[in-house]
Amino acid sequence: MSYRGRFKIWRGDAKGGALQEFVVEVNEGEVVLDIIHRLQATQAPDLAVRWNCKAGKCGSCSAEINGRPRLMCMTRMSVFDESETVTVTPMRTFPVVRDLVTDVSFNYTKAREIPSFVPPPQLGPGEYRMQQEDVGRSQEFRKCIECFLCQNVCHVVRDHEENKTAFAGPRFLMRIAELDMHPLDAAEETGLDRKSTAQDEHGLGYCNITKCCTEVCPEHIKITDNALIPLKERAADRKYDPLVWLGSMIRRRRTD
Amino acid sequence: MGTLDTTQTPGTATGVRTPGRASIPDRHLRTDRWWLAPAVTVAVLTAFVIYSTWRAFANSDYYAAPYVSPFYSPCLATNCVPMPAGADVQVFGPWWGISPALLVLIFPLGFRLTCYYYRKAYYRGFWAAPPACAVAEPHPKYSGETRFPLILQNIHRYFFYFAVIFAVILSYDAALGFRNAAGQWGHMGLGTLVLLGNIALIWLYTLSCHSCRHVVGGRLKNFSRHPVRYRMWTWVGKLNERHMALAWASLVSVALADFYVYLVASGTFHDPHLF
Amino acid sequence: MTTQVERHSYDVVVVGAGGAGLRAAIEARSQGMRTAVICKSLFGKAHTVMAEGGIAASMGNVNENDNWQVHFRDTMRGGKFLNQWRMAELHAKEAPDRVWELETWGALFDRTKDGKISQRNFGGHEYPRLAHVGDRTGLELIRTLQQKIVSLQQEDKKEFGDYEARLKVFQECTVTRILTRAESGSAADSRVCGVFGYVRESGRFFVIEAPAVVLATGGIGKSFKVPSNSWEYTGDGHALALLAGAQLINMEFVQFHPTGMVWPPSVKGILVTESVRGDGGVLRNSDGKRFMFDYIPEVFKEKYAQDEAEADGWYTAPDTHRRPPELLPRDEVARAINAEVKAGHGSPHGGVFLDVSTRLPAEEIRRRLPSMHHQFKELADVDITAEPMEVGPTCHYVMGGVDVDPDTAAATGVPGLFAAGEVAGGMHGSNRLGGNSLSDLLVFGRRAGLYAATYAAELAGSRPQVAEEQIEGAAAEALRPFSAEYAGNTDTVDGRPENPYSLHQELQQTMNDLVGIIRRAGEMEEALHRLADLRVRSRTAVVEGHRQFNPGWHLAIDLRNMLLVSECVARAALERTESRGGHTRDDYPQMDRLWRKSNLVCELAEYRGVITGQDPAMGQIKLTRRDMLPIRADLLALFEKDELLKYLTDEELSA
Repeated sequence: MSYRGRFKIWRGDAKGGALQEFVVEVNEGEVVLDIIHRLQATQAPDLAVRWNCKAGKCGSCSAEINGRPRLMCMTRMSVFDESETVTVTPMRTFPVVRDLVTDVSFNYTKAREIPSFVPPPQLGPGEYRMQQEDVGRSQEFRKCIECFLCQNVCHVVRDHEENKTAFAGPRFLMRIAELDMHPLDAAEETGLDRKSTAQDEHGLGYCNITKCCTEVCPEHIKITDNALIPLKERAADRKYDPLVWLGSMIRRRRTD
Repeated sequence: MGTLDTTQTPGTATGVRTPGRASIPDRHLRTDRWWLAPAVTVAVLTAFVIYSTWRAFANSDYYAAPYVSPFYSPCLATNCVPMPAGADVQVFGPWWGISPALLVLIFPLGFRLTCYYYRKAYYRGFWAAPPACAVAEPHPKYSGETRFPLILQNIHRYFFYFAVIFAVILSYDAALGFRNAAGQWGHMGLGTLVLLGNIALIWLYTLSCHSCRHVVGGRLKNFSRHPVRYRMWTWVGKLNERHMALAWASLVSVALADFYVYLVASGTFHDPHLF
Repeated sequence: MTTQVERHSYDVVVVGAGGAGLRAAIEARSQGMRTAVICKSLFGKAHTVMAEGGIAASMGNVNENDNWQVHFRDTMRGGKFLNQWRMAELHAKEAPDRVWELETWGALFDRTKDGKISQRNFGGHEYPRLAHVGDRTGLELIRTLQQKIVSLQQEDKKEFGDYEARLKVFQECTVTRILTRAESGSAADSRVCGVFGYVRESGRFFVIEAPAVVLATGGIGKSFKVPSNSWEYTGDGHALALLAGAQLINMEFVQFHPTGMVWPPSVKGILVTESVRGDGGVLRNSDGKRFMFDYIPEVFKEKYAQDEAEADGWYTAPDTHRRPPELLPRDEVARAINAEVKAGHGSPHGGVFLDVSTRLPAEEIRRRLPSMHHQFKELADVDITAEPMEVGPTCHYVMGGVDVDPDTAAATGVPGLFAAGEVAGGMHGSNRLGGNSLSDLLVFGRRAGLYAATYAAELAGSRPQVAEEQIEGAAAEALRPFSAEYAGNTDTVDGRPENPYSLHQELQQTMNDLVGIIRRAGEMEEALHRLADLRVRSRTAVVEGHRQFNPGWHLAIDLRNMLLVSECVARAALERTESRGGHTRDDYPQMDRLWRKSNLVCELAEYRGVITGQDPAMGQIKLTRRDMLPIRADLLALFEKDELLKYLTDEELSA
């Protein structure tokens, strides 16, 4: 049942690095993370990897396996041919720290820029009443385990470092959608319009809905269809009603 | 590796080669046939564009009583061939000398051009932004749909409203297919089935649209207060999951419907009467 | 030589960023204290995310007969009356408020028909009581707390122009020492003055000076071979408390969750939520027999169904039927599975079958148990809507922990040290009920944060200062795996340095084989011997590479903690000559009422702040037996006399 598998693992740090070859035992039922752990225990004790739960629930072990963004703990070895060389690299959108570990602070910075849930002032704890069908949409988005694979795969920042300041990324645009669809969020009463700020301040317009975020989501959240496109439609409600839009274009011209 | 490997000069320190990121020279390390889907998209869309351009400009063989090609309906100019009881309203006078199809095709074209699914398909296939997931795109700059002209994609829902009107007209056309060439009701030919199949797919594609999903219920904050719209939203949502399949199916069906009318109108093929 | 360290100063430091730690930090910051949270992993990845079933709180949304008294009773029964009763009381009383509060921070629980928070059945809970979100409640909890912290930081940004003005999360940092300062020079009156640790990314050391430290580091599962726990669970807080002079109680009680995955090997131990059984799943052996009916213990006979018809009726008519025995407390179910497998009625991979596929429609299973469906599909290639799962016991939770004051969560004997969550002991007695963990985190996390803030505020100007020599000692200790203690030391195996990974595997094997789910005196003595040997060898564990993100080094440091904690477990387990809750003795299979009121207390054998005890026979841990406070009369009155007789001695009852 076991075989000797061939691997190429990227090793190095911000100064440089390269793919390094390893041959290591692979047993039935194992996942890529098991192999990395075996390498640590037998051949490369200081091989840096970030992981926690090893059950696909914490979203720590994000990496790119044969060029595809995936969780190492949820990638079974059985999907590869025994003769195939499996390449494992760190995520390629974030600065590398060491080996398979990247600096994901971009995501925490973006998380802070999204205005939080605004509790309805008239309701105290225990007085919230919401129907299941009203919380269902936001609940789907709250399944997010923050593995940041969607942030990693999104070409807006992956291929264009300079867009990182203006673009929140799929995970955090989805967070805006989640709050905007929260049945009791009272942001609007405080003058915060999540729909238009999604576009004006968090870069929703950069998204060209090419769906890679949905493709890589290990939680199978339909990020594009259920969060980003509905959010674009909500922004269109606010901003692209043709009459309103024409008016605002004229006004903008004048102030330019 | 892929077909687009040469587009980025090595050494340009952008995107995945930005200093500080893991230094890997390859644009991507995918080992699967990631280029297949965008290549198929390009092939099919190109074929459709060539075919539809030819047919739209042809200005001939688009009506074979009782069938009208979906490319030419409604027909809005005086130079339209007469279509008994059909959707030919002579809004444009004799000064319009070229194909009447060009007057109306902008609407279905705009609907499909701004469609959330087609956008994905052609951004990936034609513009390579990105060609596939985790495959670096060749462009040095990217601003997405933040400015003109792509910011106009936001008017998709207005095209959706027109698309509904067009779907109604095409349904009417399909209903007229239950006449014979002489205009008597209660008959049916193979062409009727072709038009019916086409309009069914057009409806499914139109109703599965993301804008439709938004308009019928997606824009609501509380579904529980709008049970009917919630049910409609759920239903459209189910269709919406198949939006991609419906987009392709209806694209092919519309071309086939037109081609069928062309074959009959040009006399190449005789429409078999069923009853 | 002065060690290069990054220095910070805060009012309250919270070590650990799971449910308890984040709740404590929110409270301390809300009390106006400058608060630091130290997080071994990334922010939001703590082990709490793996909690599945729900948060136990007697809101009475589904069955209005529920109230705190019933919850208290269930908790005490589950813990076999060894619980710190005051904690159990506070927990039952405050849990609903803690859950409702989460909603105001944005949590979205599953709903009842009338729009309230839905509650589900769980083992040992008399009524449907667990607030939940599918089977990913822990994720919802951690995300809500994380987002509440972000929201507090946004407030600070508005007020001070800096997100981190009053609340900062130190991600991927590990604390290796609590720093204490004795005012009079005697160890007995030393107070907390800060923490020492390293930054994972750079390997650099840091010191945070703070008068109050809240430990919220979770459990010890990684000392065992088959745990449901993540890598962080190396008993850090337990060990830090011991080293700072605090005491641990109830360390012999380790909960083995009855249902962990058993196949494939790489996921062995990963949890299969109790909700599977709460929602209708049943346990069968290889003969297809629903064996739990044979394992209902005497004390629970009246509360559980005696046959399948009655058990099945309970799901729809709980008022007229007794509950199915699959929903007995976890210790009972784990032992039963263990016995079935031993008797040769196990499944092909050494577990038993847990079947929900014949009990619920596929659609319903996917809706109620989405992550279980996903987990089995992706990791084991098993479709739980069509076939049964194979499950077996997995090390899940340690009931033991830091001895704390029930009201303030302050650690006994070390002013300025607080503990909440799994690292604190007492609340759950000898066995924790499912769902009581998340509520415990919230109730005592808040209390720890509150009283740590109060303590720091009262201390005001007279905060103890960090002593430089303590920092240097801590730095030297942390760097030892890089230095060459093994050089020329021929005592080591083959004269070669030890590999921390192999030492860890040996430790796990030892605890698994000798101090596991069923225990015997001889085996535990053997375990203590092996632990001593491992301790000696761990001093020669050497790591390669440099300090930057070096997992070998981190493991070598964690080994100290695991060895300390494992010794506590083994010593206490050897001492307690009875079987109760999460402690089962083959040689003493009965529960003994005389043991009920006794806690076993662990402390460092020779408190000097450094680990000595290289002599295997000596060990590092001193064990003492201590009587608990008698249960308050009004709380005892909540139980029938007949039931109390099963647990309490006649003198205790007549007193």
